[in-house]
Amino acid sequence: MTAPLLTVDHLSFGFRDRPLYEDLSFTLPRGSMTSLIGANGVGKTTLVRLLMGELQPNAGTITFTADMKLGYVPQFRNIDSEFPLTIASFVQLNQLGHGFPWHTKREKVALHQALAQTHLLERRNLAMGRASGGEKQKAYLAQALLTQPNFLILDEATASLDVNTKEELMGLVKELNETLGLTVLFVTHDLGLAKAYTDQYLLLTPGHYEMRATDQMDIATMPDELKSGEEEEAAH
Amino acid sequence: MFTYDFMQNAWLAATFIAITTGIVGVFVTARGMSFLAHTLSEVGFAGAAFAVFVAIRPLDGMLLFTILASLTVGKLSVKQSRREASISAVSSVFIGLGILFLSLSNESSSYATTILFGSIIGISRQDVWQLVALAAGVLLTMGFGYRKLAFDSFDAVGARAQGVRGNWISIYFLLILAISVSIGAQIVGSLLVFILLTLPPSVAKYLGRTLPQMLVISVAAGLIGVWAGLALGYLTNWPVTFFIAAIEFVFYFIALGVHRLRD
Repeated sequence: MTAPLLTVDHLSFGFRDRPLYEDLSFTLPRGSMTSLIGANGVGKTTLVRLLMGELQPNAGTITFTADMKLGYVPQFRNIDSEFPLTIASFVQLNQLGHGFPWHTKREKVALHQALAQTHLLERRNLAMGRASGGEKQKAYLAQALLTQPNFLILDEATASLDVNTKEELMGLVKELNETLGLTVLFVTHDLGLAKAYTDQYLLLTPGHYEMRATDQMDIATMPDELKSGEEEEAAH
Repeated sequence: MFTYDFMQNAWLAATFIAITTGIVGVFVTARGMSFLAHTLSEVGFAGAAFAVFVAIRPLDGMLLFTILASLTVGKLSVKQSRREASISAVSSVFIGLGILFLSLSNESSSYATTILFGSIIGISRQDVWQLVALAAGVLLTMGFGYRKLAFDSFDAVGARAQGVRGNWISIYFLLILAISVSIGAQIVGSLLVFILLTLPPSVAKYLGRTLPQMLVISVAAGLIGVWAGLALGYLTNWPVTFFIAAIEFVFYFIALGVHRLRD
């Protein structure tokens, strides 16, 4: 059996007056899709920051395999309706390369590939400001894919989308997971999506955690904040 | 009109100014820093007044003050929420200083008018070369850091997620902006330099779809404005600044109209 991409071992972390986790241990197998579930303020984003190395644990260890390459898709962007760049130009921003304005042939190929992987080729000349919520999320995804990661963290990627678009986006993520072998950590409030599209879930509640396969998830026994959280999201 | 030295100087200077402000301005609008560009032009006024007071060249005084002010603002307003208040605070103290220096140096009010509104006949060949050198410096520096600056300007959140360090880029860009304001003020004056830093880029924002397109449109809108402004100023003897402002204003509304029509 190959080693898990990520091993979190007896992790403890808290801010000065607010302990968040004690003794948190879990693994993300290579090529798995995992949901990170929890109510607001329970420390989902903090856990992501720990995984990204922006914060240091108080105790315990976070170990990645040596070949891990992270692609992170953050939750909020500032893309207003007058945002001028096309989807392709927006995605391309993540090619830092040699720093000069002109792009190499190789970079153009990589851009084409990322747009193809996210089914954005036909929409690539649309201004981001006019793109739909789903197209924007796909563009964020494509931007993260440009650096060819093997581990993708999606932070509330479906939060502001309608039901059909959520399903479509998750279908795409699942497809990337299967075709590229990406390991995915999907931060969400949405129990239904977590159950339908991911293999396992990590539920954070104050002082506790639970790591299980999603086919063992019983939505009825989940914390109430999470069940109501879904409606709140839909209202956005 | 090109038989006059002062017109040749003005054309050369205006050309380099329009190129620089056109390019820098695209990033100014993308970063939402139009207000700061306006403030820095007021700071430039104080710098020029200070230069008169201590008898150095106005451009040097402007550079000194705008660079100091942009670093101060950068220090004060790393937090977005504090930005407007700290910019206003910096702005007011510098306008006050400008008035003080002008008064202390006993210069006539016509000199103040020249600083504020610009003058095409005041530019010597030596000034032109200094402008060209500064403009080339700004553009070369931007060329090296172009990709990171573009990422941070158009998608700051995405850039941070990819490990691009936003704070350094902010400071680097503030310096570029400070120098651009100082050189731009030489033709249109410190009060109106922000026209060149905001209107051509806004035209580009409405018409361009990729960053290279935006840069070309912005520079073109700036160049047409300053060239036509200089020619009309020469022919009518009305202030060049007025023509530049009017032309850029018209461009802006045409671009806005085109943008609306596309919807």
